[in-house]
Amino acid sequence: MSDAILRLDDVHTDIGQYHILHGVSFDVPEGGVHVLLGRNGAGKTTTLRTIMGLWRARKGAIVFRHHDITALPTPDIARLGIAYVPENMGIFGGLTVEENMRLATGSGQFDKDRLDRVFALFPAMEKFWTKQAFALSGGQKQMLAISRAIIEKRAMILIDEPTKGLAPAIIRAMIAAFREIAADTTILLVEQNFLFARALGRGVTVIDDGRIVHDGDMAALAADEGLQTKLLSLSLDAQH
Amino acid sequence: MTEISSHLNRFGGVYLLPVAIAALAFALIGVPSTWVTLTVAGLAMGMMIFLMASGLSLIFGLMDVLNFGHSAFVSFGAFIAASTLAALAGWVAGDSAILNIAALLLAVAAATAFGAAAGWFFERVIVKPVYKDHLRQILITIGALIVAEQLLLAIWGGAPVAVPRPKVLEGSLIIGDVAIEIYRIFAFLLGLAVYVAMHFALNRTRIGLLIRAGVENREMVEALGFRIDRLFIGVFMAGSALAAMGGAMWAGYQGLITPALGGELMILVFIVVIIGGLGSIEGSLLGAILVGLLANYVAFLFPKLSLASNMLLMMIILLWRPFGLKPAIKG
Repeated sequence: MSDAILRLDDVHTDIGQYHILHGVSFDVPEGGVHVLLGRNGAGKTTTLRTIMGLWRARKGAIVFRHHDITALPTPDIARLGIAYVPENMGIFGGLTVEENMRLATGSGQFDKDRLDRVFALFPAMEKFWTKQAFALSGGQKQMLAISRAIIEKRAMILIDEPTKGLAPAIIRAMIAAFREIAADTTILLVEQNFLFARALGRGVTVIDDGRIVHDGDMAALAADEGLQTKLLSLSLDAQH
Repeated sequence: MTEISSHLNRFGGVYLLPVAIAALAFALIGVPSTWVTLTVAGLAMGMMIFLMASGLSLIFGLMDVLNFGHSAFVSFGAFIAASTLAALAGWVAGDSAILNIAALLLAVAAATAFGAAAGWFFERVIVKPVYKDHLRQILITIGALIVAEQLLLAIWGGAPVAVPRPKVLEGSLIIGDVAIEIYRIFAFLLGLAVYVAMHFALNRTRIGLLIRAGVENREMVEALGFRIDRLFIGVFMAGSALAAMGGAMWAGYQGLITPALGGELMILVFIVVIIGGLGSIEGSLLGAILVGLLANYVAFLFPKLSLASNMLLMMIILLWRPFGLKPAIKG
């Protein structure tokens, strides 16, 4: 794919003595939401962490906008314009909402337009601006983690299971927010929740046991019940 | 129990502990002038221990490094200050208060500068190769401590070294029938000034924000684009410099120092870091004041218990709060 913003080519990652990713290859096209689906333990989080340099690929290549980032330190990868929202959200509980977001700005100063946009997407952030983050609810913490990723313009955002443990009403709000965020950036979204993934994804890659088992358009997967059944029975948590 | 706890939190929470201990000591001692003298001595001792402990706590919290060599910085700080004061004997013993204070400040500055430089070397050469490996950290930092103690012996010898105290800080301030050693007031004020400066730096600057974030989640700080290894060097240097500053102040407080000084103080320093909570400057201050006050009150009231008092304090606090009084929040 010539318009790929991110390309993984035969990536192998070990964690300790365990071989987790077995030659993962896929492209993420520029713009919109690309979903990485898979069951627990399939290798989704490992894939994101390997892209961010938090775990090192033993073999293979990761190319972001023509830069080989396979061996780059994590801060350098982040400075290329990749934001990361981990599964545990990675917020700093002892810092206020403002301090959490200020850390994510390169200069330490907020761009007023972007801040207004964040407040429009997640009004709770403005309401709890001076509150310590540990006191926020689970949904508000997730909103803070995402706000932090979009407070500056990023080329790409890696988001790991943002709906985990969230109430349906908050998930619906997240879908609307993600659609707006994806208008000017690329999101690689790791999910188990197929309905959430289907509502957002343009492309989809399915991973199982550290291997890519499907790669294509979300619309095609959504329309093909047979393929869904095959993949869902293989790896997805379809009841969500 | 939860209700009592929320009421206590409303009135200051764990910060009430030193007040409660001081009030109990007041009732037991019965003589106000003695109580004031012991309280000021405890606060001064606490502030000096705070200087030594705060850096170690930040190093623990941010870098996850168990530095058993921290006491070497305390000892070197003490001896460098003693040598500087000896070299400035004319200023120290003269009648000019300005020169007296200048001599002490120069001695403290020399110790602090040495601590920072030695901290840089220690982090780069000794600690960096063993990040993420606690067992090796313990072994190599204890090894470095042994080498440092031998260096102290080689340079200053094994005999106790007298530390000249600036004339203006000699003697006591007499208010009614209360006598307060002037040096203790100075030590308390210096410690307080360092705490205020650290509090400002951690809460009002971008570097401070990064350190506080790094104590909570190093990986996420890196994922936001910051080089945590550069923070590590800075924090290690600052922690070592503070330890040396604490050693310098302690040298003037004791008047006579030996190469074993750092090792002897490390037990108190570790108690402070543990009861205060890892990675927390407020916790270190609170723990240090508790340790200082308790050491002085118990030594006066129950001399036979004085050696065990801080161990007992640590046991009680850990049974009550296993992560310390004010640990840094994680996540």
